[in-house]
Amino acid sequence: MTHINIASLEIGQEIGSTEFLLTRDSLVRYAGASGDFNQIHYRDDVAAAVGLPGVLAHGMLTMGAAVQVAVDWAGNAGAVIDYQVRFTKPVVVDPIDGAVLVVTGKIGEIDDENKVVRVDLEAVFNETKVLGKAQARVQL
Amino acid sequence: MRETIEVVNPNVQGKKYPATDPYLVGREKIREFAHAVKSTNPMNLDVFAAQAAGYTDVIAPPTFAVVIQERSLATVLGDPEADIDFSRVVHGDQRFIHARPIVAGDELVSQLEVASVKSLGAHSMVTFETKIYDIAKELVCTAISTLVVRGDE
Repeated sequence: MTHINIASLEIGQEIGSTEFLLTRDSLVRYAGASGDFNQIHYRDDVAAAVGLPGVLAHGMLTMGAAVQVAVDWAGNAGAVIDYQVRFTKPVVVDPIDGAVLVVTGKIGEIDDENKVVRVDLEAVFNETKVLGKAQARVQL
Repeated sequence: MRETIEVVNPNVQGKKYPATDPYLVGREKIREFAHAVKSTNPMNLDVFAAQAAGYTDVIAPPTFAVVIQERSLATVLGDPEADIDFSRVVHGDQRFIHARPIVAGDELVSQLEVASVKSLGAHSMVTFETKIYDIAKELVCTAISTLVVRGDE
């Protein structure tokens, strides 16, 4: 399913790192594509009224962007057979500068028998991890 | 003594909601979603690349199933028995287990079950399990979502 040789992999090995710039435009685009039009993702006044520090990125946008590190490594979006995250911290998106999300993937587990590798993803915004237990299982 | 007010009706644990109407997955919808999650994977964008890999058309990014899941979640959030205040909802966890990727041209229905309702202090945690099937009634994806419903602090 992919070009990766499972025998060459080691636990803890870094498989890639990508910097994603999430701007207000990104949030509007994700709202339209996903159908999630919660106003806290594009209106400062609504975000402030419910006590948020600012307009937040959709958690599902962070989740969707983060997995691209595993997808790019595998070369095939269809190789990700199981993907989970916990949303632990919000990503506040500045109207001018946006938010920079840095995602790094490492090999967490290797299942030789089924040729499945668990990629552990770390997503960092503003020096803080924003996802917990972000794990993508990739079928090699 | 402080009065405990349930923010989610615990009796809906185990409740199954009717299957949604079929959702036809469009090729351009997949491309639009792929761009939105910043995918550059040719399998999401290029029909020839996807076909060369053995798929009939472009395949969706791993989190696209959220679009189908949302249709079922909307049914629950509108259910007076569940009594969930959407303005108090925060997304806690999300998981997608794929039997196969979603492919352009798929017609998908989803069936949601309330897997658990738990109290955590003033808050409630509700876990939904949404099974997504194709037109042949084969399972495509299981989407598991936990929402935290904030109670009064």
